[in-house]
Amino acid sequence: MSGAVGLDHYLVLSLIIFTLGMFTVLTRRNAIGILMGVELILNSANINYLAFAYYGGARYDGQIFAIFVIMLAAAEAVIGLAVVLAIYQNFRTIDVGATENLSG
Amino acid sequence: MDLGNYASLAHFGPELVLGGGILLLVILDLLMADKRRLGDIALLIAVVALLLIAMEPVTPGAWLFHRMLVFDSFAIFFRALIALAAIVAIWMSIGSEEVLGCDQGEYYAILLASTFAMFLMAESANLLMAYLALEFVSLTSYILTGFLRHNRRSLEAALKYLIYGGVASGTMIYGMSWIFGITGSLDFTVINHALTTPGALPVLAVFISLVLILAGMGYKVASVPFHMWAPDVYQGAPIPITTFLAIGSKAAGFALLTRFFFPALSSLTAAGNWQALKGVDWPELLLFICMITMTLGNLAALQQSNMKRLLAYSSIAQAGYALMGFVVLSNDGIRAMLFYLFAYYVMDAGAFLVVMIVANSTGREDIDAYRGLAWRGGIVPAVALTIFLFSLTGIPLTIGFIGKFYLFAAVIRGRFYLLAIVGVLNSVVSLYYYMRPIKTMFLDTPNGDEGAVTVDFWNYGLMGVLACATIVLGLYWAPVLAFATRSMHFFTGPV
Repeated sequence: MSGAVGLDHYLVLSLIIFTLGMFTVLTRRNAIGILMGVELILNSANINYLAFAYYGGARYDGQIFAIFVIMLAAAEAVIGLAVVLAIYQNFRTIDVGATENLSG
Repeated sequence: MDLGNYASLAHFGPELVLGGGILLLVILDLLMADKRRLGDIALLIAVVALLLIAMEPVTPGAWLFHRMLVFDSFAIFFRALIALAAIVAIWMSIGSEEVLGCDQGEYYAILLASTFAMFLMAESANLLMAYLALEFVSLTSYILTGFLRHNRRSLEAALKYLIYGGVASGTMIYGMSWIFGITGSLDFTVINHALTTPGALPVLAVFISLVLILAGMGYKVASVPFHMWAPDVYQGAPIPITTFLAIGSKAAGFALLTRFFFPALSSLTAAGNWQALKGVDWPELLLFICMITMTLGNLAALQQSNMKRLLAYSSIAQAGYALMGFVVLSNDGIRAMLFYLFAYYVMDAGAFLVVMIVANSTGREDIDAYRGLAWRGGIVPAVALTIFLFSLTGIPLTIGFIGKFYLFAAVIRGRFYLLAIVGVLNSVVSLYYYMRPIKTMFLDTPNGDEGAVTVDFWNYGLMGVLACATIVLGLYWAPVLAFATRSMHFFTGPV
């Protein structure tokens, strides 16, 4: 086995990051922590797109997809943080467990 | 036909009207002194968009913008449905006490932007476009859900929606990346070609990526296990937005789901049945999801005391019914699903409208606020709600019954007997919780502290139209059926 980095390495890396992101989302109670987990999930998909585009020899579809994901992640973070700020102003906490008015 | 950027604009009229309308509203918001007129302008823009859709010619279809969007009769159906949903949502917003306190210009501009995004979702022919459209719908929906900035429930709903939505769409693009890796393309037609070409198909990888993609699309239609956001969001959001999410967002989700799982992943046989990929068992998975969705929605609705939450669980169950048409993998089933989505639009919009009328007068949404509604000035809303709930249950002489009839016919013709039995049992269970508000409205005597219910003229008008449509289309449904039949055509084109 040679030491060269191939497609498999990137796919394993992205799977690890995806799992870490999902783990973060499921275990954190802090709203900003959860949003960071979502960013990890998005970026794991980005690694996949770039790796497949580079090794698959397809046109620039993969790279373009990754650029759009980065932009949308920024847009989502803007709205997410705005909501979290409004939550903080009303509840004085951003613990998602402490805001439970809706349930049942 | 593969149209370039300029030629595509000829088929892009409704979207252009909405796009121009959004800019117009933002500018008028700065200039106009009477902000309440902005709602009327938004309504006018949505009506113009609907008229443009209605005037679109029935063509074999074409790709727009270099194969990013597709223009076919299936897209026309869903854009018409979404435009109708937007019209109802704007109309309700104009008469809603909750929305009056908000910034009108922003509110209507974002509502129209959301409509625009749903149009794109119904038309996308490329995974990148599908993701962008879905995320556009999500982002606008988060803002609209949390629009009541000083209302704790509204904000909490927005936060939950945001977290679930972010995870679901992230999971979806991770699955899409695998489909991209396996097929080397993002284009639906090329994906279909790559997957159906004889040769070694990595069955397990395709199946897992489809499950991941289903997370994003299933979250839009609120099917189990991606339904958890729906009750909280529907309860917390302003009522017109709840209505818009329940009918518009769900319809857009069904449009994307159908377009991805049928023309992109399956092939149509001469007999009008869809052939799924060999060895990739997504039809079985969706069959299971469909049965669980309707059962869980109905069982959870049984113990709800808040009307918005009850209707939220009911809408999860209704999504399960509509999925029945999806899982039988035939054109019959798709037609029944389209018909049912139209029926669902009429009856669910009506039910939420009555909830809004009661909330306007009493400020309450719990079932106790409906105690003796018919005997304290609300006889018309009470009768209308009864019609809508009968229709949601599927009682004859309503459009809901006809919709269910076609669904069950397609299911039995496809020999899915277990699904048919589960569906019928679910309808029986749902009868209990749909009848409970009716009993409360007519048979219980008012306590005296609920206050009288008044309805303004415009809300009477919309309620009358929806109630009449529920009954009239339940007796004479041929136009809707013809529309649904016409809309089953997908444009796939050459590779």
